[in-house]
Amino acid sequence: MGNVRVLIVDDHRLFRSGVRAELGESIEVIGEAEDVESAVKTIAELQPDVVLLDVHMPGGGGQEVLRRVLGSGSQVRFLALSVSDAAEDVIGVIRGGARGYVTKTISGRELTDAIRRVAEGDAVFSPRLAGFVLDAFASTEAPPIDPELDSLTQREREVLRLIARGYAYKEIAKELFISVKTVETHVSSVLRKLQLSNRHELSRWATARRLV
Amino acid sequence: MRRAAGTCDDDGVMADRQTSRGPAADKTSNDAAPATSGGTDLLRLIRPVEGRLVAGVAQGVADQLRLDPVVLRLAFVLLTVLDGIGAVAYAALWMFTPRAPYEGREPGRDWSQIAAYGAIALALMALGWLTGASAGGIGAWPIAVGGIGSLILWQQADPDRRRRWMDSTVGQARKNWVRTIAGLVLVVVGAIGFLALNDELGKAQPGFVFTLVVVGGVALIAAPWLAGLWKELQRERRERIRQEERAEFAAHVHDSVLHTLTLIQRNAQDSREVMRLARSQERELRNWLYQPKQDADASVAAAVRRVAAEEEDAHGVPIEVVCVGDCPLTPELSAMMQAARQAMVNAAKYSGSPAVSVYAEVEPGEVTVFVRDRGVGFDMSEVPEDRMGIRQSIIGRMERNGGSARVRTELGEGTEVMLTMKLESS
Repeated sequence: MGNVRVLIVDDHRLFRSGVRAELGESIEVIGEAEDVESAVKTIAELQPDVVLLDVHMPGGGGQEVLRRVLGSGSQVRFLALSVSDAAEDVIGVIRGGARGYVTKTISGRELTDAIRRVAEGDAVFSPRLAGFVLDAFASTEAPPIDPELDSLTQREREVLRLIARGYAYKEIAKELFISVKTVETHVSSVLRKLQLSNRHELSRWATARRLV
Repeated sequence: MRRAAGTCDDDGVMADRQTSRGPAADKTSNDAAPATSGGTDLLRLIRPVEGRLVAGVAQGVADQLRLDPVVLRLAFVLLTVLDGIGAVAYAALWMFTPRAPYEGREPGRDWSQIAAYGAIALALMALGWLTGASAGGIGAWPIAVGGIGSLILWQQADPDRRRRWMDSTVGQARKNWVRTIAGLVLVVVGAIGFLALNDELGKAQPGFVFTLVVVGGVALIAAPWLAGLWKELQRERRERIRQEERAEFAAHVHDSVLHTLTLIQRNAQDSREVMRLARSQERELRNWLYQPKQDADASVAAAVRRVAAEEEDAHGVPIEVVCVGDCPLTPELSAMMQAARQAMVNAAKYSGSPAVSVYAEVEPGEVTVFVRDRGVGFDMSEVPEDRMGIRQSIIGRMERNGGSARVRTELGEGTEVMLTMKLESS
């Protein structure tokens, strides 16, 4: 796989240039956008592989960009990047269609990894996101409406728990005696459940617990 | 620099004090003014909450006159039965007498006493009707009915009471409408009853039409102006709330964020200290923005967060905390928190890892805490017997409290401490 073409969407110029400088060789930043309007336009024009999307922006924020771009049938992949760790925001953008969520304190190397992973179609979970998912799926007492979508398998739970403990995918693979590819499959499957499960508890849980 | 910070601080404190003093000062002056102007020892007529039967009027008047409230209650009942004037007097006193301030949950009313007085009233009424004694007094009844109606309407003007009603849920809002309509109906019934009793109803008919036309015309003329006034009032109210919020926000930013930024500038050459200040300010701001008030002495998640925050501050190494689930803190779990603290101290102090991950999970049967670093690691067998950190403070402490601790480490691979504590009752 060649260079990954990335578009940075963030309303802070300083932050955009900081990310640009930090990203590794294999990432090519093909453009920047600073609000919802320009983001939607630039994405349609440039067709990047991955969009680095800020959650809080004037004009509706990252969720609005997701709604408009993915709503028009585009296949562009999004990685959400934010200073906020509020459950509402995290669960909100993931359910809006982002394939991962990392916080802005992430190191350049880790961000490069995350972008490559999203470009390859996998999901990226930060420890905190993994914690949110475990909490959200565990806190529901009502019987699942759709058992396939509304609950996690034992293996998925184990993988999420290790992510929450700060393990990298490679370390998880070693710990569970499975391949990195299998770890990625589990995480992608959790992402799918998170996005498609229509149990209301997920959103309600997120709003009820404005945890950091 | 120092001086600037000093003066700023003073401003902040002043602003704080002013905002906090505002409402309280208003209240005290409101309460105090009539009392002081009324003289020195004169008791003000107030309606006590404790011991009231309906609104505390009889109780209040009895306190004022140093009589037994029973006497006054009977007097009100008798006057009501005779010609309704008792109810009117009661309603008037209810309207104009302030309620005694009362903290906490209001005590319920003694319904058996209310029933007793009701029975007395009914008996007296029956007696009066049978003997024909009170037939002449019926003239005041419409006034009594109208008085009760206007009482209900007036109650809504009492800002305190309205706040109490508005505070609650949507169901309360509907109750408010019911109240208003009930009040209106009673007033109208009272007025018509008054006219009917005095045989004025027929004569009043043309007057009614005339009044309706005039009132309708005035309403049409005044409506746009009133609507504008209402909107303006609402806008002002919103603006005031916004300003108060902004003032609170500014006070907070001033006290914490600006202060930290000043400290960072003064410590610019010490990157570790800068990092520590930035992290601790970030955490504080996040808590303030997003987190519900949590008592760190009450729950596992809050305790883990607090311990991590304290050690992060003490050692300048970022500690990332992820919590899943929560439960109240027991003595055993408090011991576990101390063990977790020791594990964090070790990771932050000796491992050389740039960051520490803490994961706490509360499951129905047990609580698990993981503390992980990616530092130098060590060889467990090489740890001298007298090193208290791991053996005593972590493993020993967990075992003494019925839990267990496992340490996984390898040279160059980092360290992970896993603490487990079973929960009893669940």
